[in-house]
Amino acid sequence: MARLFEYQAKQILKEKGVKVPRGGVAHSPEEVRQIATHLNSPVVLKAQVWITGRAEKGGILFAQTPEEAEQSARQLFGRKIGRFIVEEILVEEKLDIAQEFFAGLIIDDAAKKPVLVFSSVGGTGIEEIAKKNPDKIIRHPIKISSGLKEYEVRNLLRRHSFRGKLLVKLASTLAKLYEIARQVEARSLEVNPLALTQKGELVAVDCHLAVDDYAVFRHPELSIEIAREFDRPPTLLEKIAFQVEKDDYRGTFYFLQMQEDFSPEEMIIGFQGAGGGGSMMSMDAVLAQGFKLANYCDTSGNPPASKVYRAARIILSQPFLKGYFASGSGVASQEQYHSARGLVKAFLEENLTIPAVIRLGGNYEKVAIQILQTYLTRIKGVVEGYGQADSAEFCAARLRELVQENNSQNHLVSPLVYPDLDRYTYRFATMTGEVLIDHQACENCRTKGCVKACLAEILQLDEAGRPVLKVSSEEARQGRCTECLACEIFCKFHEQDAIYIYLPIPGLAEYRQQIIAQQQAKAKEFE
Amino acid sequence: MAILVDRETRVIIQGITGREGRVRARLMKDYGTQVVAGVTPGRGGEEVYGIPVFDSVVEALETRGPAEISVIFVPATLVKEAALEALAAGLKMCVLIPDRVPIYDLLEILEVATAKGAICLGPNTLGMVSPGQALLGMIGGRAERAREWFQPGQVGVCSRSGGMTSAISYYLTKAGLGQSSIVHVGGDAVVGLGLPEIAQYFQEDPQTEVIALFGEIGTTQEERVASLIQQGKVTKPVVAYLGGKAAKAGTRFSHAGAIIEGGRGSYESKRDSLEKAGVRVVDSIFDFPRVVGELLTKKK
Repeated sequence: MARLFEYQAKQILKEKGVKVPRGGVAHSPEEVRQIATHLNSPVVLKAQVWITGRAEKGGILFAQTPEEAEQSARQLFGRKIGRFIVEEILVEEKLDIAQEFFAGLIIDDAAKKPVLVFSSVGGTGIEEIAKKNPDKIIRHPIKISSGLKEYEVRNLLRRHSFRGKLLVKLASTLAKLYEIARQVEARSLEVNPLALTQKGELVAVDCHLAVDDYAVFRHPELSIEIAREFDRPPTLLEKIAFQVEKDDYRGTFYFLQMQEDFSPEEMIIGFQGAGGGGSMMSMDAVLAQGFKLANYCDTSGNPPASKVYRAARIILSQPFLKGYFASGSGVASQEQYHSARGLVKAFLEENLTIPAVIRLGGNYEKVAIQILQTYLTRIKGVVEGYGQADSAEFCAARLRELVQENNSQNHLVSPLVYPDLDRYTYRFATMTGEVLIDHQACENCRTKGCVKACLAEILQLDEAGRPVLKVSSEEARQGRCTECLACEIFCKFHEQDAIYIYLPIPGLAEYRQQIIAQQQAKAKEFE
Repeated sequence: MAILVDRETRVIIQGITGREGRVRARLMKDYGTQVVAGVTPGRGGEEVYGIPVFDSVVEALETRGPAEISVIFVPATLVKEAALEALAAGLKMCVLIPDRVPIYDLLEILEVATAKGAICLGPNTLGMVSPGQALLGMIGGRAERAREWFQPGQVGVCSRSGGMTSAISYYLTKAGLGQSSIVHVGGDAVVGLGLPEIAQYFQEDPQTEVIALFGEIGTTQEERVASLIQQGKVTKPVVAYLGGKAAKAGTRFSHAGAIIEGGRGSYESKRDSLEKAGVRVVDSIFDFPRVVGELLTKKK
């Protein structure tokens, strides 16, 4: 679920006629003071971070005067709360609250409907309310074709002894909340507390709104940067990975960092799963061996070799890894040689020094394992491939042995280096990169094996016996070249090393420079 | 017997002229599924792998006779339109293959389906197979592979992961334990037929003697299976594996449904409720053949 910040959610509520406290967002202590002055009332400062128990962690402060507000803001800005650094503060008038309620909309997977959840006790989390006051909770499944009518809500509330003006106000607000949830396609919308002020107004004091990832594309007005669930803002590396996924619809590439700040001493590995269930099973298997994961990743749904390559290079942009583990369900429907070739190219370019265990069970697993065995003998890191017959548990244990044999040495992040691209005289664009061929080197080629290796069969020989496109360059760019990487790998090992497939990853070179600096500092610390 | 689909079931494919639709039409037909028609608006009159294509579902049924199931291969954003068309034409089951179907679209489809007494498998599903009879969707990838991996027998397999559906079935086959039907319920937060619904179909199916289930963190499906067993609505033995033991809360792990929200849907909660209901929860996929084998012998 793509989560919105409190102030963004409140803006939407306000537009739809649900009352929220007066206030504004500040990015500096001076701005906090200005807003407080303008509000002309005691204020509350709310750090815009996604954590539960924000108040207990010091993310909410009160101030009587604008001066006091500015001072408090100085303490709050830049502070780390959970995994967030406070960069934005919502400054609001402090309300005199008479009574607190809980109001929310969730999608219930059992009812297969949106469900209105309301409690006449608010404040704490709904789980706690449910434990202490189960009779105070109303759960009402909503018929999506007809929506939620105010009279339905009034009938519900009357049964819980609400009367008079409050009954009418609550019903109107709850019906509006459903309308908002439906309109922005919310996976969940939670107003807690929904407060009744001393003046008799019903105000949404806090609001949590998460939009369905799969519907984000229909809501450009929400300006959601990454349509994925995170309990924190995305890391720089996650943003780089997300861009790769966004620019290439073939297959899935899902990447998230589990831990960023680890020491060279830890048993940490890079992880590349395939398939949701297979990835999770594989993750459980390596964790059971005492490893920690730097990242979680899933490349599946038949991704091209180029995508697997990019995933591996992103994973290997994390320092101090002691091993690399790739594993799926064990019986994949997809053709596994694509993953094998993607990994071969990535590991060679990385000059991998740590062990890798690659579990490639599925269609064409024998070919895939053979690709790993044939082409990864030149690097120091030991790479072993396994198939259907080998369990994730066995493979995880095998990685442990290999890491020990390697004396638990760390992977160190190196700058991204590409060969001299000017050397290549023949080139054509692919969907996400470029195929570069050194036609001069082709003159010494005897086998012309690249033409045969090309899975999409788009290469042919020209009069001089050099490989050129059989289809138009436009067709190649639109996807006829499937970026299977077979020509490059063949040529590198069996012929003149005359082909290079350039697959850029925007932002990764700069990112690595940063990491290398941090890595050096940390390595010194541990010497 | 088997559940939901057998060799007699008449099936249509919506989106048959697309990249996926074409390849999977071939897989389904080669496997032996009765694919009577394909539908792509604007492409009526064409043929895909010997299957006639029509502009609309209604036209397909009028020309080719009745069908019960539509397998849908259109882009995610068009799934709602396609499914509502199939349901309006009177089909009894839709298989929603695509990933990334917006959740409110799905809720609309399911509401209409329920009102019409129809059912939906998916979205985000590889489909299902009743070994030796019929296959819906893309499970197995190729017909010869599907025949090799899946064999007829007494084990009902259902799973929230596509890859694991194949994996569990394959390892059972290798151990000489065939399957009645194999169902991937889909990886989303809300699905049409979930594990509890499929478990009930297996309960009613005379061919099924043991149920093998792959669950994972998130949603309430596994807890509802446990409660069906507690209520005596599912009495056949169930063997389960649960993924996501080490997953942390609040983060989604690939499948949209694989997220622990507000303390609900955790590994512990699922394992605990299943074990209390008497389900054998195994710690490795490779334990399925042994435990399922024991339960089958015990029954005899």
